[in-house]
Amino acid sequence: MSDASGPTGPAAGPVSIDLARERAESGIDVYLAELDTSLIGLAPVKARIAEIASLLLVSRVRERLGLATTKPTLHMSFTGNPGTGKTTVAKTMAEVLHRLGYIRTSRLITVSRDDLVGEYIGHTAPKTKEVLKRAMGGVLFIDEAYYLYRAENERDYGQEAIEILLQVMEDNRDDLVVILAGYADRMEHFFSSNPGFRSRMAHHIEFPDYSDRELVAIGELMLREQNYRLSPAAEATFAEYVALRRRQPHFANARSVRNALDRAKLRQAERLVNSGVVSVEALSTIEREDILVSRVFDDKQPES
Amino acid sequence: MRLTQGAFSYLPDLTDEQIEAQVNYCIDHGWAVNIEYTDDPHPRNTYWEMWGMPMFDLASARPVLDALQACREAFTNHYIRISASDSEKGWESLRLSFIAQRPAVEPGFQVVRSNGPGRQINYTTRSYATDQPPEQRYRDV
Repeated sequence: MSDASGPTGPAAGPVSIDLARERAESGIDVYLAELDTSLIGLAPVKARIAEIASLLLVSRVRERLGLATTKPTLHMSFTGNPGTGKTTVAKTMAEVLHRLGYIRTSRLITVSRDDLVGEYIGHTAPKTKEVLKRAMGGVLFIDEAYYLYRAENERDYGQEAIEILLQVMEDNRDDLVVILAGYADRMEHFFSSNPGFRSRMAHHIEFPDYSDRELVAIGELMLREQNYRLSPAAEATFAEYVALRRRQPHFANARSVRNALDRAKLRQAERLVNSGVVSVEALSTIEREDILVSRVFDDKQPES
Repeated sequence: MRLTQGAFSYLPDLTDEQIEAQVNYCIDHGWAVNIEYTDDPHPRNTYWEMWGMPMFDLASARPVLDALQACREAFTNHYIRISASDSEKGWESLRLSFIAQRPAVEPGFQVVRSNGPGRQINYTTRSYATDQPPEQRYRDV
């Protein structure tokens, strides 16, 4: 930065950098604020995204001043129960990293074991490399990464894919970010059997379960995006539904909420069609009975 | 004699950074990038040998540069070109082609004249390099 160092030469005293302006210019604040409203809950996750954004901002300025030598490593692992927003956050992460110039595009490639591991001997390496080629310049999101490693079969081809991935992550010269995602306990097991992965992950982000209140808010947000709304009575019933649903098996946080609302819309549609003439208002209102028919409430009856 | 084929061939050889920038331009337009090599520089030699498959759907130039590096190591003294094809119209059509490596010594071309009927002269060009059989052209001097 010859213009900043001035006439006293390159070794001149401290030159101040307006980080606030840098930040504003990157447009990242707008995006993070958007994120804050569009993603409900997930406070620790948002805090981590903000931290990563700051890190990248600072490292970008350092690079420009010739202080930084290498790019920070940003491979991550996302652990959490089903429906806690891992995939959604991965998309957001790709966008944030792109805006801060860490990766060339905001492309997110989502793969699972089937996309990386081949069926025959010698089939895995080309397959994994092909995926990596497409993912470079963006984010590679490996969903349920622990399926790559099968302890019970030592000749499993998954090991080959793991080795190629580790090699690419090690290099870190490719503008590629690898995100491994999965359920917490199984990821823990995966990392303990593949210690190489754990040490190459700069960020381990845990996704907490949503509280009942957050789930209701998520449901309302989902409906609002599709121009539906809950009637006041339905809102109370929905809160009750969420509390009951949580105690049942296969509860998947936001995904369960979305499915429940999809079914409610189905019932609402049938109710409207059967009632003949309806008001415009009714077309976008989900009533209490649309939710109340759910099996979740049936199960409650014999117990209480 | 310096071979001039494709884009940028009257400029000094592109550096790796410049090649990367060109490839980035191609992939930002959604073009498929291909690497080819040959040791027969005749202008009518249209179809060069392919180094691997064309690379579709890239987001970064890194895989192309890696493949180029591998190709350079395998063919240290060949011509290597990078070409980009656009499939927007429903077929792949060439949009950009440039030389990414050339042999250290390029012997150039000879003009061959032959007498045709009625004192007509037919002209053709012939590369001095192709005097040698394929494996022996452009050997390190």
